[in-house]
Amino acid sequence: MRSYSRERFDVLVVGGGPAGIAAAVRAAERGGHVGIVDENIALGGQIWRGGISVESHSSEASSWISQVKKADISVLSGKRVFHQPEPGTLMAEGLDDIWQLRYRNLVLATGARERFLPFPGWTLPNVTGAGGLQAMVKSGLPIRGKRVVVAGSGPLLFAVAAYLRKHGAEIPIVCEQASWKKLAWFSMTLVRHPVKIGQGLQLRKDLVGIPLAASSWPIMAHGQRVLEAVTILRGGKSETIKCDYLACGFHLVANTELPALVGCRIRNGYVQVNELQQTTVDKVYCAGEPTGIGGIELSLVEGEIAGLAATGHASEAQRLYPKRERFRRFARLLDNTFSLRAELRSLPSPDTVICRCEDVPCSRLREHRSWRAAKLQTRCGMGPCQGRVCGPATQFLFQWNPDSVRPPVFPARVEDLAAYGESIPEVTGEAK
Amino acid sequence: MPSEFTVVRVNGVSVSVPVGTTIAVAIAIAGQPCRTSVTGEPRGPLCGMGICFECRAVVNGIPHSRTCQLLCEPDMEVRTDA
Repeated sequence: MRSYSRERFDVLVVGGGPAGIAAAVRAAERGGHVGIVDENIALGGQIWRGGISVESHSSEASSWISQVKKADISVLSGKRVFHQPEPGTLMAEGLDDIWQLRYRNLVLATGARERFLPFPGWTLPNVTGAGGLQAMVKSGLPIRGKRVVVAGSGPLLFAVAAYLRKHGAEIPIVCEQASWKKLAWFSMTLVRHPVKIGQGLQLRKDLVGIPLAASSWPIMAHGQRVLEAVTILRGGKSETIKCDYLACGFHLVANTELPALVGCRIRNGYVQVNELQQTTVDKVYCAGEPTGIGGIELSLVEGEIAGLAATGHASEAQRLYPKRERFRRFARLLDNTFSLRAELRSLPSPDTVICRCEDVPCSRLREHRSWRAAKLQTRCGMGPCQGRVCGPATQFLFQWNPDSVRPPVFPARVEDLAAYGESIPEVTGEAK
Repeated sequence: MPSEFTVVRVNGVSVSVPVGTTIAVAIAIAGQPCRTSVTGEPRGPLCGMGICFECRAVVNGIPHSRTCQLLCEPDMEVRTDA
């Protein structure tokens, strides 16, 4: 039997990563009933994902997570928000429970996901995201002795390569689509970001001996039922490398589906916020990656500001503006460095599957002029992931714009949708 | 190293994994893809964070369970061939 619970919050935070944690901690310090609802097994989000081995958390992560535990914060882990039946109420479902969450103030800290770009063979098992493979290893996947090609774009690639090697994987190459020129500018400019220098130096140490190719990307993955090799382009020449895994992600895209459902204005892929991290919807705040991809430090300070603002402490929040501005400069640097090169648009061949849920090939999509038309005609983006993978891909490939978000934002069970009475029309028994 | 193990069955075959392992990983250790796509391709996990739904399988009779977001529990029945 599934249980149905209700809870009311002065401040409800959706997302248990750095931004959500910081918002909840600052809000709880100011009083009122604060909750975090998060779909993962444990707090920390993707970036502070723990694992089954004990190395797990950095001291920064442990310190924030312990502050959540010490504060009087209701933590609902493993619950996914799928619906807002009316303003001020969210519905979430767990494995065998349903929650009606009412809030006075809402902080959306929904994080980011990897951007996946289609190329021939990318649907083979063992072609994964870069962060995706790291998450799998943290969840127990044995990686010792495996050969892993790491490819795509963004600082995550380096972190993942270092992590995998530390756990015994062999990394024949890291392929970054950005040019050396851009990477050089990136590392020089890091000097302005003291926190990042330390991280960069540590990473450089961890990466010693791993070949890095710039202006390089995968063009085809090979294998019968599972990945066996990958062909990469490097300096304009192709090269085929045998491997067990291809860990491939092209930087990050913001998770804006729930903010859009709640009614927040989205601009250029990001949730629009004012100085206090308030969205275009009254009493709804947004912090972290959904407002711009900027990493842990920016997420933390945005979360703190949102938590303070949501509890009416605007003047305290204002003291954090200069700090936020420093990290926003880093976010702009990331955007500029890891912007995608146009050549990647020609990666898929006509029969390459673009929508993995519905197996829609590239050739069928090229006939259409918009995301909406393609959805209606081909079912692209209509499967269980609801376009979370192919949406950002088609946006890049065909410059299609995402359309409006409809509930439920994630596939939910019919009984869960019905749990909130007003959310479904009453059946009258008369046909109209 | 985790010292305790959990046994789950993947398509009827017992797999022993350290406590804290996700079902998606148990399926990988069993050497199976997680699902077969609508045109018959084998598929395994992509995002590792519950977004892509490529890791979905039948867990204890519940279809479309995202196995990367679920931990293995004793005697779980996982089917990828349903």
